[in-house]
Amino acid sequence: MTKLMLRATIGLTALAVAAPAFAQDISFWSWRQEDREQYEQIIAAFEEQHPDINVTFEPFEAQNYNTILSTALAGDSGPDVMMVRAHGAFETVAAGGYLMPLTEETVPGLGSLPEAALAAETLSSDGQVYAVPFASQTMLVIYNKDIFDELGIEEPSTWDDLMAVSQTIEDAGMFAFANGTATAWQNETIVSALGSSIIGKDFYNDLVAGETDFTDPRFVEALEAVQEASQYFPDGFVGLDYASSQQLFASGMAGMFAGGSFEIANFLGQNPDLNLGVFPAPVAEEGDEHLVGLFFDGGYAGNADTEHPEAVQTFLSFLTTPEFGNMFANELGNISPIPGVEFESELLQEVAELNENSIPYIMLVHFRYEEPSGSVLLQAEVQRMLAGETTPEAAAQAVTDGIATYYEPFQN
Amino acid sequence: MPRLRLTGRGLWITALIVPPLAVMVTFVAYPILSALAYAFYDWQGLQRGDFVGLANFHEVLFTEPFATWTRNAFVHNVIVFFSLMVIQNGFGFILAYALWRELPGAAFHRVAVFLPVVLSTVIIGFLWKLFFHPLFGPVNQIFRGLGLDFLAQPWLGQSSTALASLIFVNAWAWVGFPTLVFLAGMQRIPGEILDAARMETDSEWVVIKKIVWPLVAPSATVVFILLFIGSFNWFELPYIMVGLDGSPFGSTDVLGLYFYRTAFGNQSAGVQDFGRGSALAVITFLFIAIVAAFWTVRLRKREIQL
Repeated sequence: MTKLMLRATIGLTALAVAAPAFAQDISFWSWRQEDREQYEQIIAAFEEQHPDINVTFEPFEAQNYNTILSTALAGDSGPDVMMVRAHGAFETVAAGGYLMPLTEETVPGLGSLPEAALAAETLSSDGQVYAVPFASQTMLVIYNKDIFDELGIEEPSTWDDLMAVSQTIEDAGMFAFANGTATAWQNETIVSALGSSIIGKDFYNDLVAGETDFTDPRFVEALEAVQEASQYFPDGFVGLDYASSQQLFASGMAGMFAGGSFEIANFLGQNPDLNLGVFPAPVAEEGDEHLVGLFFDGGYAGNADTEHPEAVQTFLSFLTTPEFGNMFANELGNISPIPGVEFESELLQEVAELNENSIPYIMLVHFRYEEPSGSVLLQAEVQRMLAGETTPEAAAQAVTDGIATYYEPFQN
Repeated sequence: MPRLRLTGRGLWITALIVPPLAVMVTFVAYPILSALAYAFYDWQGLQRGDFVGLANFHEVLFTEPFATWTRNAFVHNVIVFFSLMVIQNGFGFILAYALWRELPGAAFHRVAVFLPVVLSTVIIGFLWKLFFHPLFGPVNQIFRGLGLDFLAQPWLGQSSTALASLIFVNAWAWVGFPTLVFLAGMQRIPGEILDAARMETDSEWVVIKKIVWPLVAPSATVVFILLFIGSFNWFELPYIMVGLDGSPFGSTDVLGLYFYRTAFGNQSAGVQDFGRGSALAVITFLFIAIVAAFWTVRLRKREIQL
């Protein structure tokens, strides 16, 4: 009898020790601390389909995420699955061999995603896809519908319309725009949100083909337009930081906010009663094409050294399904690039439709990955221009000269 | 022949010395030495590439646009140091003198002056950012209320006022520290010397110049050197109040922010360069160490032993 007990105990202990080897635990790092609850739901849906895989969600502070992740990867203590930023931001990590290259064979579903979205996740010049893209972000103008209705004004189509609308709002004693320029990166989003239609697809194509640079009249004209619009920014806008301008708009004190579609969730979070609308950058002349600025936000990547490559691939594959896309779009309020996603929010549906006529968010997509980065140059120069310390021409020239130090097509 | 025997007293001393020594080596000596080594390599993000000698140093000091950035940041550190020397330490000395002479309310002010020093930099930064809010900030509200509308400026948003605003906040927050150190120095001055001096002169100024100032020299050494080190390591306050870019357009950029951006990248520059970053850190460290060492020696010389 005691022998039996002993054997049973040993047997059970062995089983208990071996059990974790059957269930595969994978960790999942993210910079979205505020989305923890929704991600846990998404993971629960995944684990229901794959009871043998346990995913642990571990979010970190966004500002320092890159540093934390790259340090962990270099020290071999990185996660199995992680959120990475798109385009060139993680080139050094991908090029270092820390990320698992992904293909349709290893991650079924990858092939169904739009090409531009996948191109954003190659993360480096080798053309290999390293992540499952999760969201696109659109630069446009968000406006307060109640204020527009109250004043009897409509979405502006041309630049002149925008100026007239701004004047009307200001005459009514409100701020036309909530935007401020004290936070450097806001200057870049403002240029894209207000200027994309004037910049135009032709300029973008010529720029990428190396046939023109930022001193091109089409780009300078966009900077002039932004400068003109800034007369309708709040007094002392040069000292207004990002959080303050968000609050100004969310509190209903301003009519418009030139920025990214990622603001929508934030505004509604701060003030659920807001009645919001969106419109693309106004055109110079009636008949020109209305455009928004577009970039892909990031992706889910796998660790090349993970102990559970199959579990990681299964999870990544789940992140390409419309089931996930719907949860991602409707629970988290993001524009998912997965085909067949249905948006419950009309506003997001509208943003998704505007995305069909877009130019890339130029600096982030092309000029952010060498020093001095095009983003840093543009942000500083636009900040300087809106403070009245430089002209649009000189700003465009300074941006071009800065990029020319490493980008050959600008060097002649 | 003496033998080192690990018994009794010897063992006891060893046990006390080894843990702190280990901590110092692991967390102080090792990081400094490794940063020194990193600065001599080419980096592909996190991957260490070839040994490149002094190339990183050459880049941050002489290659455009890095040279201009380095110079710009360094000049701002120098401005910060000299301004704080005058405002923070100068005012600290005056406050200390007032407290020492026990002007009315000295007991209350002794606490009040030191209070901001206890607050965390994060709180001070956010608090003053709110105070400087261009539309609703109390600073501008007060100016408008006093009819001084021309003084209601976007203080942190103008290249002409941003750095000065940061310096002001720094002085507001830390003036209590030099005050306390000077006050301690003054309280150590023997009463006989002061009594003797007062028999010679009625002038408060002569007492300060001939007696107080020379005798608080050791306190001055401490606050000068600490201010020097602090000014060139300045990071938290500008980071919280104006961001990593030294907004607006680099007019508040200092070596600390510039080093952080270069080594770790930021959202607007997806490039991390440990090599250049380490080179900057090494240059800053050597500059601080050498100047502080020389200056300490010089300041020590003028201290008087009673």
